[in-house]
Amino acid sequence: MEHKIAGWGDRIFTIVIYTILSIIMLVTLYPLIYILSASFSDPLYIAKGEVWLLPKDFTFSAYQKVLSNADILTGYRNSLIYLVLGTTINIVMTTMGAYVLSRKDFKGRYVLALLFTFTLLFNGGLIPTYLIYKNMLGLYNNLWVMIIPSAISVWNLIIMRTYFQNSIPIEMQEAAFMDGCSNIRTLTSIVLPLSKPIIAVMALYYGVAHWNSYFTALIYLNDHWRFPLQMVIRSILIQEDMSAMAGGEGESLMQQLLLIEGMRYAVIVVSSLPMLLLYPLVQKHFVKGVMMGAIKG
Amino acid sequence: MTPGEDRGLVKSVFPRSVRKNWDLYLLALPVVAYFIIIKYLPMYGIQIAFKDFSVSKGIWDSEWVGFKHFIRFFNNYQFWTLIKNTIGISLFQILVAFPLPIIFALMVNEVRTKWFKKSIQSITFMPHFLSMVVLVGMIMAFLSPSTGLINNILRLFGQEPIYFMTEPDMFKSIYVFSDIWQNMGFSSILYIAVLANIDKQLYEAAMIDGANKLQRLIHIAIPCLIPTAIIMLIFQFGSIMDIGFEKIYLMQNDLNKPSSNVISTYVYETGLLGSQFSFSAAVGLFNSVINFILIIIVNQIAKRVSSTSLW
Repeated sequence: MEHKIAGWGDRIFTIVIYTILSIIMLVTLYPLIYILSASFSDPLYIAKGEVWLLPKDFTFSAYQKVLSNADILTGYRNSLIYLVLGTTINIVMTTMGAYVLSRKDFKGRYVLALLFTFTLLFNGGLIPTYLIYKNMLGLYNNLWVMIIPSAISVWNLIIMRTYFQNSIPIEMQEAAFMDGCSNIRTLTSIVLPLSKPIIAVMALYYGVAHWNSYFTALIYLNDHWRFPLQMVIRSILIQEDMSAMAGGEGESLMQQLLLIEGMRYAVIVVSSLPMLLLYPLVQKHFVKGVMMGAIKG
Repeated sequence: MTPGEDRGLVKSVFPRSVRKNWDLYLLALPVVAYFIIIKYLPMYGIQIAFKDFSVSKGIWDSEWVGFKHFIRFFNNYQFWTLIKNTIGISLFQILVAFPLPIIFALMVNEVRTKWFKKSIQSITFMPHFLSMVVLVGMIMAFLSPSTGLINNILRLFGQEPIYFMTEPDMFKSIYVFSDIWQNMGFSSILYIAVLANIDKQLYEAAMIDGANKLQRLIHIAIPCLIPTAIIMLIFQFGSIMDIGFEKIYLMQNDLNKPSSNVISTYVYETGLLGSQFSFSAAVGLFNSVINFILIIIVNQIAKRVSSTSLW
């Protein structure tokens, strides 16, 4: 009898949870679907508030405008360069630091760990950092400012170190040492091949950070032709400086305003798509990698 | 010198562990150099907070002025507004946004249907990968008084459009709720991982004792999450004065400034736009020192309360 009551309680419990989660899913998805639909709709219907779920009067016109815009294309190219170069350096540097910290027989790992983690608690602050980078390191308006200052994230370093410690058996490494392998050789031929999931996750974290950042560019870059995509779309989406983009002779002011309204959504889609496409590829490693890295830390 | 002698010299200067692991030091070298040059060297520049920095004299040769800039900041009419806004947004964020990923993780953990679990995770992680610029661009598009989705809905119900972005009272809510939309799913990963690691035998034992799902959630899942939750809460309280610049700066406009002006945007404005380097460095240092003290205090508290701490 008691068991039966518990059964009913469990059923209600399950229904409530599935309902709430379904609502959360819809609330998360709806804005994204709306953006996608609006980007393919005739701007007239967006302005009139007649786009609700599906595109109305399907058109590519907003995309044609966006993809023929020189600023956006330059931004796209720059962001790709910063992404590839930056993430490569991120992975190399983080791997080196994390491997050294993971080796329990390495003297001085505590001092190094302290040196690294202290920077999480305290840093130079915006203005002193700006002055030093600009006047002593020559990073102002320099391509490398997009790469070097973000070369290592201490959080990622810790996650990767934990992964090396917990998921790569030290016995395998010791066997390699017995065979006369140097530490570097062991790292490249034993440890790294076993670390693909965590490297994939790190590449995603770092890659997304590079693609999405605008702060460094805002502060340190001056030339427009060096701007990453985020700075370009910032002037379009936030500062609403679209007059130059709509362009086109012979179009009335009203038509231009409408076109701008439509382009806003296409800009969002075009700039977000690479990361949204990249993430499912890594997702299978993702929860696993984070779990192995973060837990038992 | 013969090779043999050479080796003897190396032997006597370096201890055995260094010789055995010499290439580990080689690996560590660029990393250490990075931290010293990129992270520690800027701390040398902090001294300008106590100086009257002039570009021509440089950091070292500018004149010492003691706490002048700090006193000027404390007496500034904006001082309390900045503190109030900074802490206000953080506290609201912690109160509303902190518990949600935990509750969400507990719910996801109860889902047994594989495809449903997969899709809820994939979908709720997605917004995390949107950039700040895109997120704020979306907020502005949706909240636009003339063409925005939200005001279109209000108009359906015969309401007047609301000027969300220029209304100071709305700022905090827009900030926090958009953050929940963007990050709740992603922040839950850690908790979902902890829940997945709970020993299945605990559940089996509870089932034999006749505990229903709700009871198992309350007596097994929640207690297992508490240590992790406390560590996360420490981070949050430790960074209560460290509210991010990126999103607020993008959302800010002249009309909502009374509630959107926080320390980080003020430092940027006075320092980089207004070229008051020493003054803004002092404001920034004041902020960093408070952050540093806060995180040490909360860490001590956590140590005493639950024997979990950061160090």
